[in-house]
Amino acid sequence: MSLLEIKNLKTSFTTEQGMVQAVRNVSLSVDEGEIVGIVGESGSGKSQSMYSVMGLLSENGIIEDGSIVFDGKEICPIKFDGTQKEWEKYMESIRGNTISMIFQDPMSFLNPVLTIEKQLIEPILNHRKKLNRDQLHTMAVELLTRVGIPSPAERLKQYPHQLSGGMRQRVIIAIALACSPRLIIADEPTTALDVTIQAKILELIKDMRKNLGSGVILITHDLGVVASTCDRVYIMYGGKIVESGTADEIFYEGVHPYAKGLLACVNNPEVDDNELRPIPGSPPDLLAPPAGCPFVDRCEHAMKVCKLYWPKEKSLSDTHKVHCWLTEKGSI
Amino acid sequence: MEPILKVENLKTFFPVATSMFGKKKYLKAVNDVSFEVFENETFGLVGESGCGKSTLGRTIVKIYEPTDGKVWFEGKDVSTIKGDELKKFRKDAQMIFQDPYASLNSRMTVGEIIREPMDIHDLYPTSKEKDEKASELLEIVGLKPDHIRRYPHEFSGGQRQRISIARTLALNPKFIVCDEPISALDVSIQAQIINLLEKIQEERNISYLFIAHDLGAVKHISDRIGAMYLGSLVEVGESNELYRNPLHPYTRALLSAIPIPDPHLMRNREIAAIDGEIPSPLNVPSGCAFRTRCPMAMEVCAKDTPKLRKVGNSQVACHLYD
Repeated sequence: MSLLEIKNLKTSFTTEQGMVQAVRNVSLSVDEGEIVGIVGESGSGKSQSMYSVMGLLSENGIIEDGSIVFDGKEICPIKFDGTQKEWEKYMESIRGNTISMIFQDPMSFLNPVLTIEKQLIEPILNHRKKLNRDQLHTMAVELLTRVGIPSPAERLKQYPHQLSGGMRQRVIIAIALACSPRLIIADEPTTALDVTIQAKILELIKDMRKNLGSGVILITHDLGVVASTCDRVYIMYGGKIVESGTADEIFYEGVHPYAKGLLACVNNPEVDDNELRPIPGSPPDLLAPPAGCPFVDRCEHAMKVCKLYWPKEKSLSDTHKVHCWLTEKGSI
Repeated sequence: MEPILKVENLKTFFPVATSMFGKKKYLKAVNDVSFEVFENETFGLVGESGCGKSTLGRTIVKIYEPTDGKVWFEGKDVSTIKGDELKKFRKDAQMIFQDPYASLNSRMTVGEIIREPMDIHDLYPTSKEKDEKASELLEIVGLKPDHIRRYPHEFSGGQRQRISIARTLALNPKFIVCDEPISALDVSIQAQIINLLEKIQEERNISYLFIAHDLGAVKHISDRIGAMYLGSLVEVGESNELYRNPLHPYTRALLSAIPIPDPHLMRNREIAAIDGEIPSPLNVPSGCAFRTRCPMAMEVCAKDTPKLRKVGNSQVACHLYD
């Protein structure tokens, strides 16, 4: 059984202009000890599908359909066994405990008026109540040591503004690790950081998987980051998953024109004078998403059928799945 | 060949508030930097955040006044010019900014945005000609001529960056500082903008100073690259050469940390990790600024500041090559 199993998730947002269909029928799964990447551009629905899992959608967002099973229990609010209040209570008991999230911007996540120690022990206080002050302090020191922060005892007394960006991101990871979560969702954890710091944070995420055996979902738009960390990858576009597979299948045997296009337009510094082939146009408007494939307007192989119908999932191997009419036509 | 831009021992210091009787303190954002950019060349500038690369770009186009040193543009010292001469320089040396949401005035139409520099520099006599020119520029950057009546909020990030490029081109500049022009954009859009910048360079013979922390993009677009650390250039070299054979330990660490979109390669790669983080520019270490993080630091590194000098085909500032 997978640690997390999402089936046909549909999440929309009411706005002044109408309903924005951010996540459209997304299904994905994560096993224990696995790092799964979700790749897509801004507005592709990658973050919102994970906020749906965490029960952290903004006020105007609703889950319209689908099921989310975490650790054998249904946690999708529309299918949850119990009242809305009970669902909220249940989510509170697992958030920061068995599922935790690492956010992109380390400054807006941390509370500027609380010391690092206070913020670090908060999840432990919430979820593991029977610890005294000394035990908590020892745990806090241990957590900071684990994420590689030098002189942790002094750092605990400091406030977020006294730490550099890389340090703050380490603190956030330490907070996420506080209760030894089974699933960690990292939303662009290194986008705001320098490459030198990024490399270290990614090492840390790999260590977490190794030492805790947790499942990790890594949301990113950086294919280099995916290549260096992920076991499996989902490619999202226009609210849908267009292709999924192991990292090797996606990078070397990618099929969907969007997945291939994405790889053709990133710089690979290992190749001298590599030619960039950008994908023309821009992503679709999710207020009125196309009935068929969302990539149809930018796809060089687009056919009539692509505009009208969304293709069924086709399995190319046990792990490699794709939604594309070209596979039906037999041209791939 | 004469360089179009020559930077000589440039220093940009910012005074920092200190106590009333304390010695005046300075943040040395750019400290003794020298390099040249040739015609039709792209010079890339890389380094961690806070290394002074943006300040260097801004000092060159005179957004900031240099504290010391000289900037030669087409053989003329522009570091002290004023009045008409400065206006002429501003026309020739332009800048593209990082955030296309902040760099365009949301109350002006796209046409007004592109015409504004022409108005300031009195480029075309009639308003009809200016409009025609603006439409032409929009076409060059891949937008539609009738977009001149629209407002910036109607465009996506990539389209906005195209508009700001069109505004820059309105003055026919010879030199453009591109300060992180793609880092706010999506991956598939980044490639569009890079290709557009390359196309424009080819057609108009423009030189770029390309500042970015995305080393992959810098390597792709640049002819030569300079690596900066705490206000100083530590290595300058031809871009493929610098990537293949980085000489300075800092450049080596920086390059080995780039994630490459190739899982096979990444699985077998050693990262030359450097410890700690960039020190505060208020307390730059003595001697070589990098010595506190350098895995090969020697005694001499704390005493003497290494100077940038020729080693092989590159220039490097490191005592390892003494």
